[in-house]
Amino acid sequence: MMEHEVELLKLIEKNANLSVNKLAKLMGKKPAEIEEMIAHLEEKKAILGYSTLIDWAKVANEEEVTAMVDVKVTPARGVGFDKVAERIYRFPEVKAVYLMSGAYDLSVSVRGSTMMEIGHFISEKLSTLESVLSTTTHFVLKKYKHDGIILEDEDDDDKRIVVSP
Amino acid sequence: MNQYLSKQVADLKPSGIRKFFDLAAQMDDVISLGVGEPDFVTPWTFIEQSFHALEQGYTSYTENAGMIELREQISGYLNKNYNLDYQPDDQVIVTVGASQAIDLALRTIVNPGDEVIVVEPSFVAYVPAISLAGGTPVTIQTKAEDAFKLKPEQIEEAITPKTKAIMLCNPNNPTGTFLTKEELEPLAEVIEQHDLLVLSDEIYAELTYDENYTSFPSIARMKERTILISGFSKAFAMTGWRLGYATGPAELISAMVKIHQYTMMCAPTMAQHAALEALKNGRQSLQDMVDSYKQRRNFIVSSLNEIGLDCPNPGGAFYAFPSIQATGLTSAEFAEELLQEEQVAVVPGDVFGANGEGYIRCSYATSLKQLDEAMERMKRFVAKRLEKKPVHLEASN
Ligand SMILES: Cc1ncc(COP(=O)(O)O)c(C=O)c1O
Repeated sequence: MMEHEVELLKLIEKNANLSVNKLAKLMGKKPAEIEEMIAHLEEKKAILGYSTLIDWAKVANEEEVTAMVDVKVTPARGVGFDKVAERIYRFPEVKAVYLMSGAYDLSVSVRGSTMMEIGHFISEKLSTLESVLSTTTHFVLKKYKHDGIILEDEDDDDKRIVVSP
Repeated sequence: MNQYLSKQVADLKPSGIRKFFDLAAQMDDVISLGVGEPDFVTPWTFIEQSFHALEQGYTSYTENAGMIELREQISGYLNKNYNLDYQPDDQVIVTVGASQAIDLALRTIVNPGDEVIVVEPSFVAYVPAISLAGGTPVTIQTKAEDAFKLKPEQIEEAITPKTKAIMLCNPNNPTGTFLTKEELEPLAEVIEQHDLLVLSDEIYAELTYDENYTSFPSIARMKERTILISGFSKAFAMTGWRLGYATGPAELISAMVKIHQYTMMCAPTMAQHAALEALKNGRQSLQDMVDSYKQRRNFIVSSLNEIGLDCPNPGGAFYAFPSIQATGLTSAEFAEELLQEEQVAVVPGDVFGANGEGYIRCSYATSLKQLDEAMERMKRFVAKRLEKKPVHLEASN
């Protein structure tokens, strides 16, 4: 991948809201060149989507519950973990699935509006899958940092003096 | 009480920056492009290392010249990055900011009446520091048409039998001008011919965006006549820690240590520990900041030109130095009116030397959001001035 493509990706990974014009100025390129690069990166699926990081705890009546579920499974011959991972990631409640090294196999992040709802999903859908041997569920109590962004209300005032040499 | 002041101090001119600071500090909602320091907070690992050192009880003085581990790291860093070879035990001194290194170097070499050349527009501390050391500052005015790059003939013209040394600053504050190896070499030739010492302030060396950096003492035969001055303030976002250093010939550095041991003892210990971490593990943090400055440089330069303020691309530091002559205002008028009307603080170019008149210094060490808003406000401000002005204006060139 070319250096300026990496630069572009890093910029929009941090802020997907930057306009093409602004990206062009930041990178010293023409807006048309940026559009072309984005189209190219979308086409080869290096860019998969543009999402917004929302602190749902700040939105009234929209609280959500997240659970991290450690899942032990029996891998299937020929396809290893991929098949069972697919059975799991197809569920819309599942927000992330990772194959892990260590004490369990798959780390599954599940989101719902109540603990009941998540509990129901795990006992009814997840643990009943044929290749799932066991699940251990951890509910998230508070999010401090997500995807590199700190969710606490930090004092981000500029502490510098207004004019200096 | 004024009669008690020493003549030297009484004669020092108050800094033009100070006056402007007082004005800006009284106002609310100011977006400041007037700040000469990074907007980044010091990378967390450096801070954490300093906590750790404090917890371990590192709260006493260090050796006068600074902790030997830190001097070794500085020596290794200069070797790796600029191919320089300085002995940690007698060719490196750790100081309280580059500011103290400048002061020590000048006090080490200047006899009363010695002339020291300063290249304007320049960092505001050089001229007073020379006067305080008992020397006579002699200024060279670089030209806008040379992109404020120093030319060897200009050094020739400034030299007199009393000239002892020249202060160089590359990349330069306030212009952001960056001199390449090819541009430095002819300067080195004149410097050698006239047997001058060089104080090379390279505090912005890491903040260069387009071409490789050449450290002045790495040019042939320059190391034996150069005191290299640098520090952690800018590249590592550590201004408040007050940590810098100087390297040079052992005789000069030992003499600097002599003054330092009587007047300062040593640089702050906790800051030295943070700096050690910066040099050992700070590369990635530094690179991330450099990438971000480069993007913001691109952004501010194209925005200023769009607005109608002619701004060449500065190769280093974090300052843009656009011309405001198209508006028909002086630098001071521009800066004051901009502050009053649009609450944007910039520094009038004339505080950095007479040839800074007609220019303003805009620091882009500011978040993109703030920069963007500042550019909108400046656009409004400049548009009004350009409307008013008759199309033909010979006075402003
Ligand atoms: C060119 C130059 N030299 C030296 C300094 C002083 O830096 P320090 O914080 O290391 O004393 C500055 C700070 O603005 C500067 O711009």
